[in-house]
Amino acid sequence: MWRDAVLVCGKDLRIEARTRVLLWQVVPFGVLALILFALALGPSEVALRHGAPGLLWLALLLASVLASSRSAAIEATEGTRATVRLLGLDAGGVFLGKAIALGVQLLVLAGVLELGLLVLFHVDGGRLALTTPICLLAVAALAAVGTLYGALVAGTEVSVTLLPLLVLPALAPVLIAGERGTASVLAGGGPGRWAIVLAVMAVVYLAVGVVLYGPLEDPA
Amino acid sequence: MSALVDRVLGWTALGLVALTVWLGLWVTPPDELQGDIVRLLYLHPALAWVALYLAFGLAALCSALYLWPRTRAAKWDLLAASTVEVGVVFLSLTLVTGMLWGRPAWGVWWTWDARLTSTALLELLFIGYLALRRVPADPHTRARRCAVLALLACLDVPIVHFSVQWWNGLHQGASVLRAGFHFTIHGSMLWTLLLSFVAFTCVFAWMVRRRYQLAARDAALEDTELHAALVERRKEGVR
Amino acid sequence: MAPAVTLRSAVALLGRFPALAGVDLDVEEGTVLAVLGPNGAGKTSLLHLLGGLLALRSGTGRVLGCDLATQRRALRPQVGLLGHASTLYPELSAAENLAFGLRAMRRPASDGAVALERVGLIGALATVPSRSLSAGQQRRVGLAWLAARRPALWLLDEPSAGLDEDGRELCDALVEEAVRGGATVVLSSHDPDRVARIADLVVDLAGGVVAQVRVGERARRVA
Repeated sequence: MWRDAVLVCGKDLRIEARTRVLLWQVVPFGVLALILFALALGPSEVALRHGAPGLLWLALLLASVLASSRSAAIEATEGTRATVRLLGLDAGGVFLGKAIALGVQLLVLAGVLELGLLVLFHVDGGRLALTTPICLLAVAALAAVGTLYGALVAGTEVSVTLLPLLVLPALAPVLIAGERGTASVLAGGGPGRWAIVLAVMAVVYLAVGVVLYGPLEDPA
Repeated sequence: MSALVDRVLGWTALGLVALTVWLGLWVTPPDELQGDIVRLLYLHPALAWVALYLAFGLAALCSALYLWPRTRAAKWDLLAASTVEVGVVFLSLTLVTGMLWGRPAWGVWWTWDARLTSTALLELLFIGYLALRRVPADPHTRARRCAVLALLACLDVPIVHFSVQWWNGLHQGASVLRAGFHFTIHGSMLWTLLLSFVAFTCVFAWMVRRRYQLAARDAALEDTELHAALVERRKEGVR
Repeated sequence: MAPAVTLRSAVALLGRFPALAGVDLDVEEGTVLAVLGPNGAGKTSLLHLLGGLLALRSGTGRVLGCDLATQRRALRPQVGLLGHASTLYPELSAAENLAFGLRAMRRPASDGAVALERVGLIGALATVPSRSLSAGQQRRVGLAWLAARRPALWLLDEPSAGLDEDGRELCDALVEEAVRGGATVVLSSHDPDRVARIADLVVDLAGGVVAQVRVGERARRVA
């Protein structure tokens, strides 16, 4: 399983390196979302600083839906689906490989958005750096959930409209825990139970993904 | 036999609901603090119990049975879909009755406390299930996708259950049943409340039975249509 | 020796449409079966069924000792498919596509370079993104993949489509080599004369069923 995971992860990251969809589409979308949220909140520094954690995670969530859709689309054509199935790759390994590749991309995205938070929302950089554990756990959860739900709708005619409807409610606990954990750290406290919530979500969805990806992608 | 079960179950459900309504509206006293608003107690918790635990728990079980190769059968998929459809109806009623209670009790139609938020998310998750079910696909692919989604959606149910312990909010805690099975309301109110759980469970069972029968008939019709399609198809070879 | 393929009243659906409506078929190991038929006859669906990519709705089927009802996953690694749709990742080069597949099958990635050379894709053609290749060149990559993998069952869906005459002769040569190496080949085609020359058995598919079975010229030559 792990060998196949490394192989699939390498393949997905190589494809991303060639196409740079993350660099030219997903990251700009995330930054655009942050700017639009700032416009919606108004120019008050107090309001922006107060709203910053929530808006960070909202922008990351929305951009991660795009990234998940892209990750699923790599294997969504009839030909490439047949390729993966005929290779006899371990389904759990394929899931882990795609989730890890998506996670790496989401980490880059999160890094850029945190920089955006620093610049656009006047957040304390030192305290922001302390949110790294929250960020890592949340990205793990986002990657696991995104990969699983992306596989659920891949190949359907309505995947573009259906994926957000299915995945965003499932990602809402990540938004809540990410926002509250980040807000707590920025206010001088610790991540507390929010880190535990994110860790549990990441572990549960990774485990569930390893078990359910096979029946989902490869029925027999 | 099946029609007899439907009739008995249906009349039983109707009778129990009627009894609950009578007891809830006319027999039980108003609450000291909340007044007549407390009568929603005989609707809201029972609807929530049926939706969150019975309907979606059953959907998860049926979905797992469908995905497990040894027990895979179309009936589990049809039953899962039926329980989710009925569950969404019950969950919608849970949210509406909750809002009707919340307005006079808390002064707001809605608040973003953990249980209400999680319940709303669960409603959206299962509406997503119904949306996925309507995407054109062959029956086995559709069943497989929906079974996986139902299991994933049901991961949210424990979050609802434990949310009252995890977060503070305006929503009632475990205010009827405390640890050790000590009931905090007594007398006719308690019996009416317990009766409402039984009544709505019967309503749920009846609705799911009828919905499943409809789905099974649709599936049987598909088999008949398949047989006709096979005959037509083979004729192509003869021409 | 048991046949490589045995189908009895095999029915397979595409959505709700019965693509295969009761196919009876036996294919001996180490032989070439050609499947002919008009558009919509079920040729592609038959190949996908044999590859374990399409579910058996009713009837029975065994391919390379695997039951099509319960053992499709075990069957697939033994099968190589050259389908209509490109099976390549368009962002990766031909060499990278083959290397990925070979590593997945625990085979040396260097086999891919040898195979690409065999089909005439060398230098830049092996290293540009495969979306830049022509349809015929992508077909050649597909053939290279089969040559490198050496599966026990080759499934070729109109292999000549998009290939020039050199490509078609290369394809015929690879098929002959595979069969001499013990593999079984099932190919579909719209070119009855060509496939009849290289096939041991020819079936005409129509309306999702086998309408006619004929002995191919290869069987007569080999006999």
